[in-house]
Amino acid sequence: MFKKTLVGLAAAAALSVAAGPAMAGKTLDSVKQKGVLSCGVNAGLGGFGIADSAGKWTGFDVDFCRAVAAAALGDANKVRYVPLNAAQRFTALQSGEIDLLSRNTTWTMSRDSQLGLSFGATTFYDGQGFLVPTKLKLKSAKQLKGATVCVQSGTTTEKNLADYFRSQKMSYKPVVYEDLKALIAAYAEGRCQVFTSDASQLAAIRANDMKNPADHVILPEIISKEPLGPAVRRGDEDWAKLVSWVHFAMLEAEEFGVTSKNVDKMKSDANPGIQRLLGQGNNDFGKAVGVDAAWAARVIQQVGNYGEVFERNVGKNTPLKLNRGQNALWTQGGLQYAPPIR
Amino acid sequence: MTLSLTNPKFRARLWQGLLVVVLLVCLWLLVANLQKNLAARGVELGFGFLSGPAGFDIAERLIAYSAESSYWMAYAVGILNTLRVAILGVLIATGLGLFVAIGALSINPLVAWLCRTYVEVLRNVPLLLQLFFWYLSLAALLPENDAPLTLLPGVFLSKGGLSFPWWVDGLWEVPELGPFGMVGGAAISPEFLALLGGLSIYTSAFIAEVIRAGILSVPKGQSEAAKALGFSGWQQLRLIILPQAMRVIVPPMTNQYLNLTKNSSLAVAIGYPELVSVATTTLNQTGHAVEAISLLMLVYLTLSLLTSWLMARFERASRLKERT
Repeated sequence: MFKKTLVGLAAAAALSVAAGPAMAGKTLDSVKQKGVLSCGVNAGLGGFGIADSAGKWTGFDVDFCRAVAAAALGDANKVRYVPLNAAQRFTALQSGEIDLLSRNTTWTMSRDSQLGLSFGATTFYDGQGFLVPTKLKLKSAKQLKGATVCVQSGTTTEKNLADYFRSQKMSYKPVVYEDLKALIAAYAEGRCQVFTSDASQLAAIRANDMKNPADHVILPEIISKEPLGPAVRRGDEDWAKLVSWVHFAMLEAEEFGVTSKNVDKMKSDANPGIQRLLGQGNNDFGKAVGVDAAWAARVIQQVGNYGEVFERNVGKNTPLKLNRGQNALWTQGGLQYAPPIR
Repeated sequence: MTLSLTNPKFRARLWQGLLVVVLLVCLWLLVANLQKNLAARGVELGFGFLSGPAGFDIAERLIAYSAESSYWMAYAVGILNTLRVAILGVLIATGLGLFVAIGALSINPLVAWLCRTYVEVLRNVPLLLQLFFWYLSLAALLPENDAPLTLLPGVFLSKGGLSFPWWVDGLWEVPELGPFGMVGGAAISPEFLALLGGLSIYTSAFIAEVIRAGILSVPKGQSEAAKALGFSGWQQLRLIILPQAMRVIVPPMTNQYLNLTKNSSLAVAIGYPELVSVATTTLNQTGHAVEAISLLMLVYLTLSLLTSWLMARFERASRLKERT
């Protein structure tokens, strides 16, 4: 009996270690085979990644997941959303649990080189700011000496905070939480006087999570560059290129004036740029990245161009009321500039 | 030992040896697979990243630390914070548990009922919920930062914690009200208070049951004889009952101490910067998940083994010295 157990144990062990080949390589093939895109998103940040009471996910980053699914699988709804907190997000991507991380993640050199990940496009240019109660009557971040600051653990925010206060030679007391909800609760209770995060997150929190938005103000200083964008695993260049070019296609569409409403009409437009974008005529730029010719047309029709996605999630008519600002097209004085599809 | 398959002892050793070889081979294959996958991502397995600058500040620390210190120092600060909570927690929980155990055995029905309810309620609510309860209550009930409560001259209570006079860089400083709350002196943060309070009270319920079992395990004849000799209730307990009860109390008590040490890792949910909080920040910032977590597990294993060893020595010393 013992011999049987031993043979069984050895066989199980051999099978378990034989079944784990490296995932690097054909992410697009595995996504097509699974039939669904596994996308890592924020567990609950209004405007960027949040699920409503029916379990339907909406947000700026969520729309990007849908765009990539539309390009790769043909249907923007074929997405499996995996909510992740700041500590889990990179491990989930490294290990292969998700194929794409679209979770307001800042593109930094250490993340691009040391973590086994790859960034390609900046979907949202942001910066770090400070949220303070209006009753403290603060006009500038330089008055924050000795303040207690609430910050989320393991983010670039924590590091930038340390750098800023050190460079301004001000002391401060950080209170560090893992969970964003606990952080917001601590700030609302008055445990800390300052809440620091990306300015877009601060706008979302001020609008959605504070009892009275007028009681809180975002200080004018933006203390860092936070280029937020999607991340993929290193080692699969084809997949990385597809993801980046989905973003560029959405920008090109806005430049040409192609929206989700007029895509079909635009297919017969004479502008050669639009013809190339929508895969008309003999143009097939999708083949080289593993998709078909109508990849960009599907993205625009099912999700929209960059401007539509921005306005729908974080624009003037949403509680966040963000201006395009740095996220305007380069033709309108902003930083969003797409290489041409040609 | 005859080296032949007909010898049962040899057969047993052979199978055991083969099993060990198979397990070692599996372990080696798993590690090799891990290394191969990480190499495909461009991430190396190694502890060199720990000497890089940490880049983040830790508010509560027992040793000098800044954002320019290395990750090793951050880990050291985390370990000291964990030890601070663990040691104080063990002391408070034991004291409280003893008190409640004696109360549960009281002949006064109200006291006995109160202690039993205390144990039942606290044992059955998950610790994380209890920690959130303590922390959020404390955060809501503490006075605002700009209007602190003066408990004693120089000792203030506010949302920033309990501030008291202390030596800072060699100078004796008394806390004063600054634009954002109390500055100067030292402070015990609400996170630490909530964690210590929640952990101690939760573990004390378990310790109370352990001590009560120990006391009940001593034969009734002992307390009867002690009463006949004129010992008061408290003397009976201290001199006769508890020393004999130690045999039964110490092994489960070790369990509870280990539980308390490991439960302190829940502090990350309420913002206390202990070891798990530092480790997850490090792992997030450097991406070396496997190394950071291995180091974390190693530290907890060492702490637990140390506690077990100390308690084992204590148990040997408290064993009944029977005549052979």
